[in-house]
Amino acid sequence: MIAALADELRAALTPERVRTGSTELGLYARDASNIGGSAGAVCFPTSTAEVQACVRAAHRHRVPFVARGAGTGLAGGATPLDDALVIVLTKMNRVLSVDPINRLAWVEPGVLNLDLSRQVAHLGLHFAPDPSSQQSCSIGGNVANNSGGPHCLSDGVTASHILGLEVVLSDGSLVQLGATEAEPRGFDLRGAFVGSEGMFGVATKVCVRLTQNAPAVRTMLMDFDSVEDGAQTVSAIIAAGMVPAALEMMDKLCVQAVEAYIHADLPVDAAAVLLVEVAGLPHGVEADLARIIAIGNAHGARSVRIAQDEAERALLWKGRKSAFGAIARIKPNYYLHDTVVPRRMLPQVLRQVYEITERYQLQVLNVFHAGDGNLHPLLVFDKREPGVMERVLAAGEEIVRASVAAGGVLSGEHGIGLEKRDFMPMMFGPADLAAQAAMRRAFDPDGLANPFKVLPSPAACGDVQNVPAGAWV
Amino acid sequence: MIELAPFAEAVGSDGPITISGLGTRGGQVLGVRCVRAPSGIDWVQPDEMVVACGAGTPVHEVNAALAKHGQRVALPDSGTIGGALAVGHSDIRRLGDGPVRDVLLQARYISAAGEIVKAGGPTVKNVSGFDLCRLLVGSRGTLGFVGDVIVRTRPLAQHSQWFSAPAVDPSVCFARLYRPISVLWDGATVWVLLEGHAADVNEQATGAGLSQCDGPPSLPTGSRRVVPPAAIGDVTGTFVTEVGVGVVHHADPWTPPPGDERAAQLERALKHEFDPTGRLNPGVQFG
Repeated sequence: MIAALADELRAALTPERVRTGSTELGLYARDASNIGGSAGAVCFPTSTAEVQACVRAAHRHRVPFVARGAGTGLAGGATPLDDALVIVLTKMNRVLSVDPINRLAWVEPGVLNLDLSRQVAHLGLHFAPDPSSQQSCSIGGNVANNSGGPHCLSDGVTASHILGLEVVLSDGSLVQLGATEAEPRGFDLRGAFVGSEGMFGVATKVCVRLTQNAPAVRTMLMDFDSVEDGAQTVSAIIAAGMVPAALEMMDKLCVQAVEAYIHADLPVDAAAVLLVEVAGLPHGVEADLARIIAIGNAHGARSVRIAQDEAERALLWKGRKSAFGAIARIKPNYYLHDTVVPRRMLPQVLRQVYEITERYQLQVLNVFHAGDGNLHPLLVFDKREPGVMERVLAAGEEIVRASVAAGGVLSGEHGIGLEKRDFMPMMFGPADLAAQAAMRRAFDPDGLANPFKVLPSPAACGDVQNVPAGAWV
Repeated sequence: MIELAPFAEAVGSDGPITISGLGTRGGQVLGVRCVRAPSGIDWVQPDEMVVACGAGTPVHEVNAALAKHGQRVALPDSGTIGGALAVGHSDIRRLGDGPVRDVLLQARYISAAGEIVKAGGPTVKNVSGFDLCRLLVGSRGTLGFVGDVIVRTRPLAQHSQWFSAPAVDPSVCFARLYRPISVLWDGATVWVLLEGHAADVNEQATGAGLSQCDGPPSLPTGSRRVVPPAAIGDVTGTFVTEVGVGVVHHADPWTPPPGDERAAQLERALKHEFDPTGRLNPGVQFG
């Protein structure tokens, strides 16, 4: 079946843009998660018409398909199961048009997040969502996962920055979901599509909102003797009516790892470090800066370091964004979690994270979007150690349970994918899951688009196949 | 948590049913049994910037409670929370506040089958599952009747001032301003709402050649048109346009152009999935 499909695709695209060799199949059998699957064929369309041809062929052969961009997803959302057809969109990477007056752009899904911001920088604009993977993740992937990033605290996640979508549905038909209009008539189908993890169709064009660069930006580092003091500072800043551009926290082990990696003179003996950025017009920024320092001091900040120039600001941000590189100095492997808790619960849940990881004899670093309560516990380990994976997964599940029990949610920005699919009942009852399955059926009645992600069975019983024994979920 | 069981019982599971709040946005479907969503604030959490309330709670009541904490909810200040979300129309602060759909974090609604269904989650950031909340906003009660919600709040501005300038190119004015809350244009005059630190507001206004004024112009009520923001120059007649947004308040009535037929099919499929017998707000156009 796959061979016939591949032949059809070679005719529709070109032979060299349809691959079935073991190297390519292996390469595209996973995303950046620890979850492996199996690809049946990999194709690289360069236009909407070619994507339609790929999807039509898959539909005809009843072969599930998985659209993917750069594959930086961490939840297995782009991991193909059961020899699915992988449709790689990285060759559709053009910025099609930019409207500098109304601050909009039409882009293809393979455009990289940071490339888009670079291409509109001369207009004083940028694309606001800034995942840590922004150098390599694609806009299409951002749409699929409703991605976040440090600066989503004030500017909102991807959903707030998508105006319109051109989508190839799972029968190969083309649909326009919104465009540049603020409120297209009818249901908000574009809003429903964002974050659908490739299960509603394949986005082939995206109309994004561009954001004005702030005229003034101030970045500071505050450090604390306890995680509680840092977390209470975060809550107090928000309660005082300020929404900083970013409000990030790193714990002691993380700061130590980062400092050893980038030598930014970070306070390695602090229990918690807050990175705060305020952006906007100059008077407001200076006023907020002063208020935030006062709040930090009132909550026991040991020192406040304000970046004196752009180079120092870049260094402080490099510390935040290179945390994942820095951990390689501790252990060769890591498992990054992503949950959200109410801000006021941060100290309690962090205590639980330390307790859980200690119990499972694992090291944990915490580097996260404190401003919106988005935790990112990073479990570091050496997978050559016998039995360690079982401990990592068990600890991870306990962390997710603790977050949901504290009034939080399963994922803040990474998505559900395969990783958290079976955790969905922690948050949703059968009727809630049935409603989500109904959304999926309306968009993809055949269950061919990235099946078996997000919805646990039996909510996903319309999907065409089951997780194979080989998939490590 | 608000007890939704009585509301669910009132909605029931068969027969046509409609819902009404304060009737500010058209109200109920006539001749059909009508229910009302629970009203009242459940809790306010200023340090989380969220508030939980019944969908039948008036927006001004929520804003009055939030004002004590220096916050507000970014919804048009009339009718009920549920009505504002069901219709999904933003007001003239759209440029600064963003769309109505960004406000809703969690909704519990009564399905056509009479079940209580939860969409979304309580935190300001959440990608757990499909975004059913966004589908509900603007769906005019045709997919489910929202009983209670958790919505996001925003800080009240320290300083807020309307300005105007006669005979200015609206796009030139718009280009000079940093994140204005509203820019309106009637073909001749531009009105601008700026918020933030008073010194910043005044510097911005001076830089763009704006003078203080009492407030926005009165908006024509013949139609509320949604056009591509790049096409606002093509509008003729008596109008006030939201620059950078593309919402046009026009004196004349209007019939929107037909939408994408495949999208309309999707809408019908969604309606069929959520309300197979068409009992919720019968006759209300959802496409």
